[in-house]
Amino acid sequence: MSLMKSLMGASAALALTAGAALAEPALIFDLGGKFDKSFNEAAFNGAKRWSEETGNSFREIELQSEAQREQALRRFAEAGSNPIVMAGFAFADALGQVAADYPDTKFTIIDMVVDQPNVRSVVFNEHEGSYLVGMMAAEASKSGTVGFIGGMDIPLIRKFACGYAQGVLAANPDAKVIANMTGTTPAAWNDPVKGSELTKAQISQGADVVYAAAGGTGVGVLQTAADEDILSIGVDSNQNHLHPGKVLTSMMKRVDNAVYEAFTDGPDMETGFSVMGLANGGVGYALDDNNAPLVSADMQAMVDEAAAKIASGELKVHDYMSDDSCPALTF
Amino acid sequence: MDALTIIQVLDSTVRLATPLLLACLAGLFSERAGIFDIGLEGKMLMAAFLSAAVAAVTGNVWLGLLSGIASSLVLAGLHGVASITFRGNQLISGVAINFLAAGMTVLIAQDWFQQGGRTPSLLAEGRFGGIELPFAIGPSDAAAAGRPLSELIGEAGMFQQIYSELLSGHSILVYAAFLCVPLTWWVLFRTRFGLRLRAVGENPAAVDTAGVSVVGLRFAAVAICGLLCGIAGAYLATALQAGFVKDMTAGRGFIALAALIFAKWRPWHAMGACLLFGLLQAVALRFQNIELGSITIPVQVMDALPYILTVVILAGFVGKAIPPRAGGEPYVKER
Repeated sequence: MSLMKSLMGASAALALTAGAALAEPALIFDLGGKFDKSFNEAAFNGAKRWSEETGNSFREIELQSEAQREQALRRFAEAGSNPIVMAGFAFADALGQVAADYPDTKFTIIDMVVDQPNVRSVVFNEHEGSYLVGMMAAEASKSGTVGFIGGMDIPLIRKFACGYAQGVLAANPDAKVIANMTGTTPAAWNDPVKGSELTKAQISQGADVVYAAAGGTGVGVLQTAADEDILSIGVDSNQNHLHPGKVLTSMMKRVDNAVYEAFTDGPDMETGFSVMGLANGGVGYALDDNNAPLVSADMQAMVDEAAAKIASGELKVHDYMSDDSCPALTF
Repeated sequence: MDALTIIQVLDSTVRLATPLLLACLAGLFSERAGIFDIGLEGKMLMAAFLSAAVAAVTGNVWLGLLSGIASSLVLAGLHGVASITFRGNQLISGVAINFLAAGMTVLIAQDWFQQGGRTPSLLAEGRFGGIELPFAIGPSDAAAAGRPLSELIGEAGMFQQIYSELLSGHSILVYAAFLCVPLTWWVLFRTRFGLRLRAVGENPAAVDTAGVSVVGLRFAAVAICGLLCGIAGAYLATALQAGFVKDMTAGRGFIALAALIFAKWRPWHAMGACLLFGLLQAVALRFQNIELGSITIPVQVMDALPYILTVVILAGFVGKAIPPRAGGEPYVKER
C-alpha cells in the first residue's frame, strides 16, 4: 500500500513538473464563442498569428456557461500555462479570486481592470474608434438618421454607443441617433433574430446606417441591413467582407494585437494597466476593397484628421465609463 | 405615435409570432394526445440547422425545408420511442432532446463547414423571400420608382399601408403557419381522427376498449408535432435569417409552451396567445423603455411578461388551465 502511495506521489510530481516545463500560453474565450466573427474571433486570430510566427502551440477553451469561468482559470493555472489570457470583461470576478492563488502565473484580462500584482489589464478606447465610424455614418447617411444596436446592456457597450453618437453629431449636428440594446442577459450576444427585428424597427424610424456592437447578434443586423439595402458598420474584427458593398466600415478593436503581445511577452510580461487607443493603434476603422467604393475621399480625409487630433490629445472624446453619463445620447 | 408606427409594430409581431405559433400548434397536437413535449426547442433547433445546412449546400430552399422537417421528425420519433414504446418519463426525454440538439447542431456544423458552429450565409435562392400580394407596394415598386420602400409606403393611404406593410411581404411559411390554425381546429374537432386523438389524451383506456390503437394515435400526434417544429425551425434559419447560428432558437420553444398553457390547449386561443407574446416582444424591441406618465417601464418587464402571464394563468387567477387528463402518463394495457 505504502509503495503504491509513493509511486502515485512520484508520478503526480512528475506530471506537475512536466506541466510546468511546458508553460504553454492559454487563451479563454467568452460565451459568444470562438468564431463570433467579432470580439472572440479577433482574440483567436492574435493567438493564431503568434502560433504561426513562433511555431509554438497554445491552449484554449470556449466557455459553455458562467460557472466554468473560475474552473477554467484554475485548470490552466494548475496545468502550468503561462501567461493566461482572458477575452472578456466578465472574467473580472473570477480572476480577482484566482490570481492571488497563483502568484507565479501571469494573467492578462481584456476589457476590464483587475488590480493584482500578476495581472495585466488591457482596456481599449472603444469610444475613440466608435467616434470615427460615427463620423463616417453621418457622412454616408442620406436621411440624417443613424442607428446603433448594442448586445447586452452593459457600461462597455454604452461606451461604444456614446462615442458613436458624439462622432455622428460632430459630422452632422442635426443628425438623429437611435440606440437600442438587444437584451440584459448574455443571451443577447447570440440572438440574430432579435438583431434583425431591431434593425427593421430602426429602418422604419428612418435610419439608413446601422452600427452593430453586439457579437453574434450583429450577424443578423448586418444581414438585415444588406437585405433592406442600407449600410451597416461592423465591430471588433474587420467585417467588411461579410456583405461586400453593404458594410460601410468596421470599428476595429485590435484584440488580436493585445493577445499577440501577451503571448509574445510570455511569462516575463510586464503587468499593470495598459490602454490601447487611437494613438497606439489599438482601435481604428477598416478600409479594404470591399468598402472602398463607399468611402469618399472627403470622408476619409475628415476621419483621418479627426483621428490625428484624437491621437495627439487635441480632441477629447467623452468616455461613458468615466462618469456613467453621455452628453450626446440618453439611454 | 402615428398609425404607420402601429402597423410596423404589428408587422414585426407577425414575424416574431410565426415560429411561436408553429411550435405551439406542434405542442398542442402532442399534448392533446397525452404526450408532454418540452423538446420543442430542440426539434426547432435541429430543423433550423439542417434546413440551413442543406439550403447552403444545394442552394435550394425547398430541399432545406424538407431536410429540416425530416431531422425534426427523427427527434420526434426518438421522443415517441422513449415515451410511448418504452414508457419512459416524457419530461426527461424532452430535456434529453434539447441537450442533444444543442450539442449536435454545433458539432456537425463545425465538422461540415469549419465556421465555428454556424452555416455559411445563404444566398437569395437558398432563402424564403417575401411574397408580394397583388396590388401591394413591394420592393419591385420601390426599384421601379428608384426610392426607398419605406418612403413609398409612408405616402400611401391607410388601407394600402395595412395591406402592403402588414399583410403583404411575408414569406410563404408565415401564411402557411396562420392557415395551420383553422386546419388544426378542423382536424381536432371535426374529424374522427381528431376525436380519437383528444380521447387518447383524456382516457386512453376507453380508446383501447373501442379497439383503436393508442400507440398508433400517439405516434401520429408526435409525428405531426415533429412536422410543425420542423417548419418552425426552417422558418427561423431560412426565412427570418440567412443561416444557422448556435442556439438561435433562444428559448422560443419554451415561450411556445407557455403560450400553449396560456391558450389552455385550444388552437384559436393558441394563435391569440402567440400573437400577444409576439406583440410584447415587438413592442419591447421597438420602444425599449416605455414611459407612461411619470412611470418608466423598463424593457426587461416586457421580456419577462410572457412567463409572468403564464404563471398567473397556472395559479388559477384567470380561469383554470386543465391539461389533458392522461398527459405525461405512459399507457399500460390492462391484463
